[in-house]
Amino acid sequence: MEFDQKVEDLYEKIKKQAEGSGYHLNPDAGFSKSLIEGLTINEERYGYMLCPCRLASGDRMKDLDIICPCDYRDADITEFGACYCALYVNSSIFKGEKDAEPIPERRKPEGKERLPVWRCRVCGYLCAREYPPEFCPICKVSSDRFEKFL
Amino acid sequence: MVERIHHDGNDKGDILVYALSTCVWCKKAKNYFESRNIAYDYIHVDLLEGDDKKEVVDEIVKLNPLCSFPTILINGKCIVGFKEDQITEEIK
Repeated sequence: MEFDQKVEDLYEKIKKQAEGSGYHLNPDAGFSKSLIEGLTINEERYGYMLCPCRLASGDRMKDLDIICPCDYRDADITEFGACYCALYVNSSIFKGEKDAEPIPERRKPEGKERLPVWRCRVCGYLCAREYPPEFCPICKVSSDRFEKFL
Repeated sequence: MVERIHHDGNDKGDILVYALSTCVWCKKAKNYFESRNIAYDYIHVDLLEGDDKKEVVDEIVKLNPLCSFPTILINGKCIVGFKEDQITEEIK
């Protein structure tokens, strides 16, 4: 398959997945496609979709946390409105009310900490992450409908 | 010493962008200099291999321990990330 077609197909696939689970891709389609192009190159180069904005070790096990969507996406969207690359953004950037800005690297060289569990009070969906999601991926209610469960 | 790729333009001092070839913020940083016709060098760290890669990563870690991209050096001053205002301030 032509490279451009691959990028286009992956863009449509990721966009559909994002929108179906309470996320948004960056509304600047040229910007998003440029990142998806990076993902396509990285998949061909390393065999996994490494974050286009981070340096690969080349060892999947060492890079697990930075395979897109990375482990840091959700916390970065909550704190900064966008993931590290700004491929995934929150509603206000999606609607064009704010611009995506470069954000600091959340990935730290040392080990991971234990995350709290959040419960959607409406549908019971549970997730372990730093903050609740902007929208429940199951019933789509907003983050303020979550409670800390564990 | 790993070879830098030079982009010609007006001389504003020694400018080096440690970049990834796939990274959009790195592209924005390179575009910043190109659109203003400013001479700069860059290294695509993801395209290096073996000892060259290690040497450059060691250089970056000394400036920016998280080794994130772009890491930009303007006349010895290090800017982490595409922070347009800071870059503008440094090349005045």
